[in-house]
Amino acid sequence: MAALDMPEIEVREGVDRETVETVANMGSYKYGWETEIEMEYAPKGVSEDIVRLISQRNEEPEWMTEWRLTAFRRWQTMVEPRWAMLNYPDIDYQDQYYYARPKSMSVKPKSLDEVDPKLLATYEKLGIPLKEQAILAGIEGAEGAPAEGRRVAVDAVFDSVSLGTTFQDELAKAGVIFCSISEAIRKHPDLVRKYLGSVVPQSDNYFATLNSAVFSDGSFVYIPPGVRCPMELSTYFRINAENTGQFERTLIIADKGSYVSYLEGCTAPKRDVAQLHAAVVEIVVLEDAEVKYSTVQNWYPGDEEGKGGIYNFVTKRADCREARAKVMWTQVETGSAITWKYPSCILRGEGSQGEFYSIAIANNAQQADTGTKMIHLGRNTRSRIVSKGISAGRAQNTYRGLVTMHPRATDSRNYTQCDSLLIGDKCGAHTVPYIEVKNTSSRVEHEATTSKVDEDQLFYCRARGMDEEEAVALVVNGFCRDVLQALPMEFAMEAQSLVAISLEGSVG
Amino acid sequence: MPDSAVLDIMTPTVEGQGAPDPLAARLGALPDGGVTAPARADALSRLRAMGLPRPRDEYWRYTDPAPFTAATPAAQPVDPAAGDPPLFSDLDRLRIVFVDGRFDAQASDDLSMSGVSILPLSQAQAQPGHWVGAAYGQLEQAGQTPVARPFAALNTASATDGVVVHVTGRAEKPVQILYRRSGDAADVVCHHVLRLDAGAELTLLENGLVGARGNLLIEADLAPGAQLHHVAALRAGNPRVSLTHLFARLASGSTLKSFTLSVDGAHMRSEAVLDMAGDDVVAHVAGAMLGDGSQVHHDDTVWVTHGGLRGESRQVFKKVLKNGATGVFQGKILVRPGAQKTDGYQISQALLLDEASQFLAKPELEIYADDVKCSHGSTTGALDETALFYLRSRGVPRERAVVLLVLSFVADALAEIEDERLRDRIGERLEDWLTARASGVAG
Repeated sequence: MAALDMPEIEVREGVDRETVETVANMGSYKYGWETEIEMEYAPKGVSEDIVRLISQRNEEPEWMTEWRLTAFRRWQTMVEPRWAMLNYPDIDYQDQYYYARPKSMSVKPKSLDEVDPKLLATYEKLGIPLKEQAILAGIEGAEGAPAEGRRVAVDAVFDSVSLGTTFQDELAKAGVIFCSISEAIRKHPDLVRKYLGSVVPQSDNYFATLNSAVFSDGSFVYIPPGVRCPMELSTYFRINAENTGQFERTLIIADKGSYVSYLEGCTAPKRDVAQLHAAVVEIVVLEDAEVKYSTVQNWYPGDEEGKGGIYNFVTKRADCREARAKVMWTQVETGSAITWKYPSCILRGEGSQGEFYSIAIANNAQQADTGTKMIHLGRNTRSRIVSKGISAGRAQNTYRGLVTMHPRATDSRNYTQCDSLLIGDKCGAHTVPYIEVKNTSSRVEHEATTSKVDEDQLFYCRARGMDEEEAVALVVNGFCRDVLQALPMEFAMEAQSLVAISLEGSVG
Repeated sequence: MPDSAVLDIMTPTVEGQGAPDPLAARLGALPDGGVTAPARADALSRLRAMGLPRPRDEYWRYTDPAPFTAATPAAQPVDPAAGDPPLFSDLDRLRIVFVDGRFDAQASDDLSMSGVSILPLSQAQAQPGHWVGAAYGQLEQAGQTPVARPFAALNTASATDGVVVHVTGRAEKPVQILYRRSGDAADVVCHHVLRLDAGAELTLLENGLVGARGNLLIEADLAPGAQLHHVAALRAGNPRVSLTHLFARLASGSTLKSFTLSVDGAHMRSEAVLDMAGDDVVAHVAGAMLGDGSQVHHDDTVWVTHGGLRGESRQVFKKVLKNGATGVFQGKILVRPGAQKTDGYQISQALLLDEASQFLAKPELEIYADDVKCSHGSTTGALDETALFYLRSRGVPRERAVVLLVLSFVADALAEIEDERLRDRIGERLEDWLTARASGVAG
């Protein structure tokens, strides 16, 4: 199989011209264009002064500045972890910008209407609706999806700042707070102070600690007791500036008996130099509450030779703090040159539940080391892990996961299924599960398989007139079905087309 | 490199200023190696370069290396009434006896057998030009990458004795290595070197009482079409600290099947490092382990590398744990680029018979070839109450029902023993142990 050769791009029926052109121009990454806009940068590098500057730009109170500085001092004593099966050159943390915002954002716009039209156009081009009257017609690629009545509130984060958040007033009527984290620190300091760092402590790990020091923006969600959030919430992260790291922080609190579904998307322009992204997501789930967190991660993956791309080091963790709390992580990881990401569940409350559904696709020179941790602390807790890893080109894809049943987590259950699919003979697929069972009434099952795309299935599809790439896409979609089904509908459509696009050029 | 220079590199990184070098304390005086002396010196340099494992090392995540690194093992009284275990005693076999890790000619059988040449290491290394000089430590050294195994290097450097076996044809009967001990605090280090020529066949049995702390190592080099069957059973009722390593290199068409039974004991780690270099290799490693008591910590660490085409590997490990025993499984299947049509299988299962026991597992796959079939599974849980109820409702007393269910749980691992007589012996041995302890289980 000529896995490394980019085949000629054939225009298939039903594929719109723009997509074909975009693909022709930049390989298979559709979001690699750049918004030309005047930017303001903090000086290069990271230091206590930079940390203070970020805090000052966000008009933060003193306690927040101190919180950041504590993290920064801690970070300076830490060593970057290298245990993942990832091979990348040393990152020069002083050779990049930690804060970049469009000049037009230096005076905070009162509403989205006042935001620079160029920025709004960026999101329009990305297919992200920032107009409240617009009913989401499906994210790009989802045309024709039945979308009646589904609305999504969006927080749009551009480099280091949030441009604005839609549907805030309507959400406020239901008591839901949805805003940027910088706004939350100013307007809801008590909530932020109570929960920030309570799931991912400042000293948690190298990248989370760096994030704690320099995070510039991100989203904040609070769902009050008994409220079912009236619409889906979402944050769309866009890195635009060159040589700039993005460090966002998301904090979601689901109070007793509440429910929210949260979506996250991200893209970046195509550049030759790798860029750092180190995010932290904290989710607090109280009694009987439920949070669904879905991600379609589509950062720029670098070119076929592995030049450029996002280095994605992310700490995501949910704490099911009280009885019967439930959290569900769903992720579709198709982008980034380097992925280091383990969305986790702490199942503390009795009868709490954690689920993790993941599709990780690595093509060309991409490397992904991703998985989850299910930490069972409470009685009668349940967790389920379904991970599908797909490797193509020269990519390396690793599932790394931990399931631990503490002595007090009696009568608990875990089921793990990780499957890997290899397309081509130059790539790698790896599985590194850790299983720790410290009580006997719990049951833990782990299964993993590794295989290649089934020749019989391919033959079947091809015999019915599909070309090889279509056939592979179909087989792969079947392989991923368990996970795709767990996604909210708009994302499922996008994810399905992403799965196909990410693998373009991997068969020939 | 002169030793002092190597030590200078080591000292500051290990313990800091003023602390004694734990390695020096652990080594003592090295034996005169004869033709193996250069290999022993190399092993010592390797060991100094890698240092002894520390508890934070990833490869020692679930097993504390301290009992293996301590300067001297805790004294363990010898039970004068305990004779040799009867496990293989009624089989027709060639018996080689080691007392406190040294060959005992009087107690051993005549070492001559058609198709096999056998010498104790202490004698072989004293013969100028003996082939063991070139072979000794080679597979151990190859098995040090990508993960360091310092205790194996320690073994190569300091082994007092062992057996050197060259199999040229089909061995007419099994060779049994029988360990005995005489002292309370013996630190036993044995290193066995097996060389199987093309098409040669050998069954190797290992059992007995090793010592208060054992460090046993086997290097097995299999030429095309050779077959090695290995069955080891370490002695019960002995609070032993034990480390074993099996390093095997498998040429095309060769077969290795290794099974280890482990009952009780204290702090144990058993490593198997199999290099399936040739095409059409078959390699199976299996183990059944029964542990009763909080002093029992048993670790099976396996690293199987598929380098050739159409290799078939199986890892089957079953652990039955009660009264606070800990079971560990670290298994790895590595499929190298080009090792197409690999069939790799790995299963690790634990049966926890009470709340105090625990099972810790890290079953890994690392795959660089696409036309392969690899799977692994790991389960942990308690006895199936429904099955127990079924048996009891049919008049089987609870204690007996537990024994039957545990036996059926470990049956898959036992099935890996090809020789029916050996399989039956091991099965009986397990049943005896379970029956004797059933009252505790049923509580």
